[in-house]
Amino acid sequence: MPFLIRQTLVYAVPLMLVALAGVYAERSGIINLALEGIMIFGAFMGVLFVRFVQQWGWFEPAYVDKNYLSLQFFCFLAMLFAAAMGALFSLLLAFAAINLKADQTIGGTALNLLAPALVLFFIRLIANQNTLNMDHGDAASWFMLKKSMFGYGRKQEMGFLGSTFVDKVYVATYICILVFIIMAIILYKTRFGMRLRSCGENPQASASLGINVVGMRYAGTVISGALAGMGGFVYVLTTANCSANGDVAGFGFLALAVMIFGNWKPGNICGAALLFGLFKCIAASYSTLDINGDGVYMLKNLNINTNIYRMLPYVITLVVLAFTSKSSRAPKAEGIPYDPGKR
Amino acid sequence: MKKTSFFDKAGTRSVLASLVAILIGMLAGGVVILAVGLTNPALGLSGAWEGIRLVVGGLFATGRTASGQLTFGFNPASFGNMLFRAVPLIMTGLSVALGNKAGLFNIGAPGQYLAGTAASLYVALSVPTNVVPSWLVWFVALLAGMLAGALWGSIPGLLKAYLNINEVLACIMTNWISANLVTWIFDISNLKNMLEGTKSGYIYKTSTIMNDVIIDGVRQTVGAAVPEGAQVVATRGGVATGKMGLDQLFSGSQVNAGILVAILIAVVIYILLAKTTLGYQLKACGANRYAARYAGIQDRRNIVLTMALAGALAAAGGALYYLSGNTEFFWNTYQSLPGEGFNGIPVALLAINNPLGVVFSAVFMSMLQICGQKLTELTAYNEYITNVIIAVIVYLSAFMLVIKTWIGKLRSRKAVDK
Repeated sequence: MPFLIRQTLVYAVPLMLVALAGVYAERSGIINLALEGIMIFGAFMGVLFVRFVQQWGWFEPAYVDKNYLSLQFFCFLAMLFAAAMGALFSLLLAFAAINLKADQTIGGTALNLLAPALVLFFIRLIANQNTLNMDHGDAASWFMLKKSMFGYGRKQEMGFLGSTFVDKVYVATYICILVFIIMAIILYKTRFGMRLRSCGENPQASASLGINVVGMRYAGTVISGALAGMGGFVYVLTTANCSANGDVAGFGFLALAVMIFGNWKPGNICGAALLFGLFKCIAASYSTLDINGDGVYMLKNLNINTNIYRMLPYVITLVVLAFTSKSSRAPKAEGIPYDPGKR
Repeated sequence: MKKTSFFDKAGTRSVLASLVAILIGMLAGGVVILAVGLTNPALGLSGAWEGIRLVVGGLFATGRTASGQLTFGFNPASFGNMLFRAVPLIMTGLSVALGNKAGLFNIGAPGQYLAGTAASLYVALSVPTNVVPSWLVWFVALLAGMLAGALWGSIPGLLKAYLNINEVLACIMTNWISANLVTWIFDISNLKNMLEGTKSGYIYKTSTIMNDVIIDGVRQTVGAAVPEGAQVVATRGGVATGKMGLDQLFSGSQVNAGILVAILIAVVIYILLAKTTLGYQLKACGANRYAARYAGIQDRRNIVLTMALAGALAAAGGALYYLSGNTEFFWNTYQSLPGEGFNGIPVALLAINNPLGVVFSAVFMSMLQICGQKLTELTAYNEYITNVIIAVIVYLSAFMLVIKTWIGKLRSRKAVDK
């Protein structure tokens, strides 16, 4: 059970952060289909940052001394860097969609093609293979929390809460949850958030009240890029041992589905992301999953083909969309280029 | 009557806009190559210059001289492979173009492509060719692939038409379902290549000859050579697209008559869209679904039909590519989707959704791929730079239409001033 919860969070947290990224863009009126590409780009940049900092040896003393606090700070810096790069990358979409009034679906698709191409081009040049790893060591030894850090011996148990939420987890996951909560509050409880959302519903009306629609849409897209970039890095940090290979397995698109399923609302997105995280987790590790701790791998004994578990998140998305599409309420002005003269 | 000048024609302007996009895309690729060359001492300026020459003219690269200079000339293998690789791109390009014409963004081409590949490979490798002539098996396999693609494409179509689910999202989900489904089908099939021991994860080539034999009462599959004392139950495989002399024209390449089939289908789609009632109805739905309904066109039926047709086209691309007999299918597809499917999007956009233009833009795309291959072979750069170029072209084509209308406005304003 602790394993199941832990692993579900590992998948669910990046998913909900990236889904919130989608909400920020769409609430400001820009369809951000490029989430997948931005995640790929952010993941690459984060790993690259970790790799270079390791080569420069900034945190080498901390690693040797096992100073976990400064290593977590290192991880946080990498997340910030990935977020900044994601924001930078999303400017391409913002420029095309806002200044040039481009087709946002095609613009997003372009970024989705561009990110893996650029990333793989540079990974090949840097690493001479298709995967960019950390310079030395692995993600677990650098960034993961372990029970030994809190004075527990190898044989000692941490209790249910401890072994679920403290042992073998990344602090990055909790930082993401915190970021999610803060950004959701900003979107719903501040003047800035209110104005941003108004631009996704009726930009002409917002402009008549003196709101800078172009600025708001830029803000929405750039925040979206930052969140997606951070989510991309956290995803590869926690699931791929901090390595980038120009692919996040459709996670960005899944986040879009979570966003629609969650009806563009943070609370619902949270629930949807947990559901998807659970299925992703089951698909990844059903054969060694011991749900109630009696040493029986129940799901494995059901003898269902692996591919069914892998398919499930996507099938469920479709089914759920089919049932909820009638009640879904997308921002009214999303995807429509802002034209000040229109009424 | 006023004669419109050559540059005022919408068609001319579209072609010009595409050429500008290509040019800027190539320039962007050149800049990246140059920047990498200048920052990497192992490559330097001369390395960057070699890279740029190969990106532009890689099709004509023939290798290096003994002193390390790049040589250029007519390379029949590259030309033939360019035509061969253009086949799936033409088909997925047509698929996306047809969708765009009807106002649907078919990003589901990869999944439909996979569905078509799986169905046609299954038929081509399962039907005994000692009973049914192999040309008929080839034809049935192609049709089976197209049917599978049509079914797969109609799923997002139905969801869009009746439940108003965004087709982009539905397509992306069906893509991944298709990838997993295809893996599953081949995982439990007996079509995994077991005869060539070194190859794991691949399906038999369709040209492989397999004999199902009974040796000492045990049924098993052997290759073309039947061991003594074995009783042959059925012979399978040996299906391949005809060459029609193209392999002699372009020696050393994989080219076959598939390119002719693809061009023929492009012409058919052109006629369908430009000259038939159905084509008109599809375009009307694309322009404004509700206005089309008001005019008495069944918009729902048309949406489903468009997606089914688009699915069949993308699937035909997969079928034609793998029925060639000399390509192998890696069946463990669940981790990644085929690039040919996604590349249908730039092909269609570059051709401004014109079915005949798709043929040319697909050939251009596959030329870029050959250039990338040469770049990997001959320099320290790698083929992904061509994907960067393609992505830049797609990015530009996102606002190509906007720029074109802007030019149009500019010119009409001039006319008023006169």
